[in-house]
Amino acid sequence: MKFDIPMETVSEFADIVKETSGLGVDLCYQCQKCTSGCPVSYAMDYTPAQLLHATQLGLTELVLNSKTIWLCASCQTCTTRCPQDVDLAGIMDELRIIAQRRKIKAKIPEVPAFYRSSLTNISLFGRMYELGLIALLKLTTRSFSKDLGLGLKMLAKGKLNILPSFRGTLAARRIFSQVKGWEKK
Amino acid sequence: MRYAYYPGCSLHSTAKEYDHSLRAVCSRLDIQLAEVKSWFCCGSTPAHSVSSLLALALPLGNLALMQKMSLTEVVVPCPSCFSRFKSALYKVENEPELRQKMEAVIGSTLGNEIKVYHPLEIMSSEYQLDKIASLRKEELAGLKVVCYYGCLLTRPPKVARFDICEYPETMDRILKAAGVTTLDWSYKTDCCGASFALTKTDIVLKLSNEILEAAKATGADGIAVACPLCHLNLDARQNEIETSYGVDYKLPILYFTQLLGLSFGLSPRELLLRKHFVDATRKLEEAGLHAR
Repeated sequence: MKFDIPMETVSEFADIVKETSGLGVDLCYQCQKCTSGCPVSYAMDYTPAQLLHATQLGLTELVLNSKTIWLCASCQTCTTRCPQDVDLAGIMDELRIIAQRRKIKAKIPEVPAFYRSSLTNISLFGRMYELGLIALLKLTTRSFSKDLGLGLKMLAKGKLNILPSFRGTLAARRIFSQVKGWEKK
Repeated sequence: MRYAYYPGCSLHSTAKEYDHSLRAVCSRLDIQLAEVKSWFCCGSTPAHSVSSLLALALPLGNLALMQKMSLTEVVVPCPSCFSRFKSALYKVENEPELRQKMEAVIGSTLGNEIKVYHPLEIMSSEYQLDKIASLRKEELAGLKVVCYYGCLLTRPPKVARFDICEYPETMDRILKAAGVTTLDWSYKTDCCGASFALTKTDIVLKLSNEILEAAKATGADGIAVACPLCHLNLDARQNEIETSYGVDYKLPILYFTQLLGLSFGLSPRELLLRKHFVDATRKLEEAGLHAR
C-alpha cells in the first residue's frame, strides 16, 4: 500500500487527536517499549509504535482503518512504560471514538458492535444485564452458536441472572440523557 | 471502619462468589460495607472507547450517589470498575474546568475528600494483617498459589497508586498472613485478554494460556485472583484453552477472598466454591484442608 505523507511539519490529524483528548503524540521517539510490552501486538496490522508514528504524520486513513485500534485491550502497559509519558492507551481510546463518529467501517466489526450492545444495555437497565448483552451481540454479529455451551453451563452455575435488575435504571438514564445533551453542545 | 461499597455488575452476576466471600471476610475483619444505593454500571471498556464524557459521567455519578449516603470512601473490588473510578477522579482532580463541567453533567458537586480503594488495599494495613493472622483456623501452608493481579489494579501507576506497578506484593502479603504459601512468578500483571472474551476469543485463549502455563511451570496448585473478568477467562475458559492448545492444567482459580475465608474456617460451600468450573476440592484436601 502507498500512502502520501503530508509535508507539513505539524499534522492536522495529530492536532485533532490532541484537541479532543488533550493527549499529545509528538513526544514519541520510537523506542518501541509500547510495542514490546503490548500483549496483543502479535495480532495487529500495525504495531502500537507504528500507529503512533502514522498519527504524528497525519496518515488518517491508515490509522482509522487499522485493525490495531480495535485490538487494543486497554491494558495500559504502553501508557505505564512510555519513557516520554505518552498516554498511548488514551490515544487509542480517542482514535476509536473518532473512527466511530466518522462512521468508518471497522476492520474488526465485532469489537465496536460489542461496545454498542453494552452501552445500549446499560442505558436500558442501568446495570449490565449479561444475557441481554449476549443476545443483542449475537443478533448484531450473527454468531449464534459461539459459546453456547459455555453460556448454558454458566446459567446452570447461576453465574448469569435470568432477569435484569432495575435498581440503578433511573439514575443511569439520567446520566445518559445528560451526556447526550452535553455532547450536542 | 465503615465504607461505601460499589460491587459493580460482575459481582452481582458472573462473580457472585467474589461478592459473597468478600462480604463474609469483611464482616470478620470488622470492615463494614454499605452498598451504594441504586448504583449503576461504571461504563467499563465500552464507555471509554465510545465517549470520553460518558466514561467520566458514569463513575462520577456513582460517587455522587455515595456522597448522598454521607460516605466519602468507597471499596471497589472489580479492577475494571476500580480503574474507571480512579481515572475519572484523577482527571477531575487535575483539571478544575473539567470538574466544573462534570459536576454540571452529573448534577452534584464532588467533595475533595473522596477516596477509592480496592479491598486489597484496606486489608493490607499492619492492623488488618495482624487480624488476618489472628483469625486463622485452618492450616493452608500446603497450598501453593501464585497471585495474579491483572492489568488494571496497578496501571497506570500515577492514576492507580496501587503498590509497585510491575511487581505488586499486596495480595501475597495478605495471603501469607492467612497462612497460604505464595510463589514468585513473572506473570503477576500480564493481560488475560479481558473483554475480548466475547469478541476475539482467540486472543483470550492465547493470553490466558500463557498465564496458566507459567503458573503450572512455577509449581502452583492454583491461582489467586482479585478480578472477576480474569477469573472468568482463566476458570470458565480453561477447558477450552486445554482443548485448543492440547494441554492439561486443571488449575483451580480462587478469589483471594475465598482463600481468606477458607483460612478463617468458612466452608467451601459458604464460599460458593461450587460456582467455579475447575474444581478445587482435591487440591484443597491434598493441602490438608478439612473440606466440609
